[in-house]
Amino acid sequence: MKKFIGLILVIILGFFLYKGAVTLSQQTRNPGLNNYYNQNAVSDTGVANIVTSIVLTYRGFDTLGEVTVLFLAALGVGVLAFFKKNKKIKESSFIIKTGYKILFPAILLYGIYIFVHGHLTPGGGFQGGAIIASAFLLQLIIGEYKMSSAWAALFEGFSGLVFILLGGAGLLWLGTFLGNKGLLPLGTVKMLFSAGIIPIIYVFIGIKVGFEMTGILNNLNKE
Amino acid sequence: MIFFIGSFGLFLIGLLIMMTQKNVFKILLGLSIAETGVHLFLITIGYIKGGLAPIIFDLNPTQMLNTKFVDPVPQALILTSIVIGVAVLGLGLAFIVNLVKHYKTEDITKIKELKW
Repeated sequence: MKKFIGLILVIILGFFLYKGAVTLSQQTRNPGLNNYYNQNAVSDTGVANIVTSIVLTYRGFDTLGEVTVLFLAALGVGVLAFFKKNKKIKESSFIIKTGYKILFPAILLYGIYIFVHGHLTPGGGFQGGAIIASAFLLQLIIGEYKMSSAWAALFEGFSGLVFILLGGAGLLWLGTFLGNKGLLPLGTVKMLFSAGIIPIIYVFIGIKVGFEMTGILNNLNKE
Repeated sequence: MIFFIGSFGLFLIGLLIMMTQKNVFKILLGLSIAETGVHLFLITIGYIKGGLAPIIFDLNPTQMLNTKFVDPVPQALILTSIVIGVAVLGLGLAFIVNLVKHYKTEDITKIKELKW
């Protein structure tokens, strides 16, 4: 009975959404604010990746909110974790134990590459952090997790603090959170050391997100 | 047009799963599927015909003023939204493990302590 009512409601909603889709696909977009971002991002910030300049310079305050939400989620999982003693882990096969020794540094290097080059290619701090956490997930699956939770929490907290201090420095110097113009020289586009403090911010965000997700996975594994 | 139908379809599938399933874990997965549909819809709105990805690939930046790029603002907003979706999923899983441990059942119709 409940499934029948649910199906009827979804079909009614789907009908109205379909009419909305037909109306939306017949309209043409007027170019608006995105024209300003597309044409002035390079001269304002010096980044080659326009999405990075929006996330870290034009809408930098939303990034602060995102970092806070991630921190709260990691905190909540750490509080709610229910530690079981003597958890038996099944012995892994020989292939994964040998492959792990080659895969683990390769995945870490890939993740670090993505967040270091966040201002040149698609990617950035959050994506690189998730890839680093997947490398530690491989360690957790085998049962050889070696990073102690105290060091991971220390790195994560320190990186978050540096991110907030850099944003506050932008606030004091320029009047905008994570402002970019006066702190470091902008450099030429598409070089690795360009775009002010944006690569430095992304490095710290990448380290923070990587260790945060690793902490969440470790806490969920211990239950 | 096909992207609009696909994103709305994903959202409706996620909504259907959340409404009709009894296993607590499946309800959380339905939430994740519905979020994927919403993200796809927001990116589809930002498409401009004949536009390229918003990354500058030529070393001469003044030549880039003539090319059309797609809208980069929804992409930046969805970056934030995906990360928040992951955070909600992680916290929800911690809640679910504690819930199942306390009530010893995964069926949500048997968890009836909250009376009207």
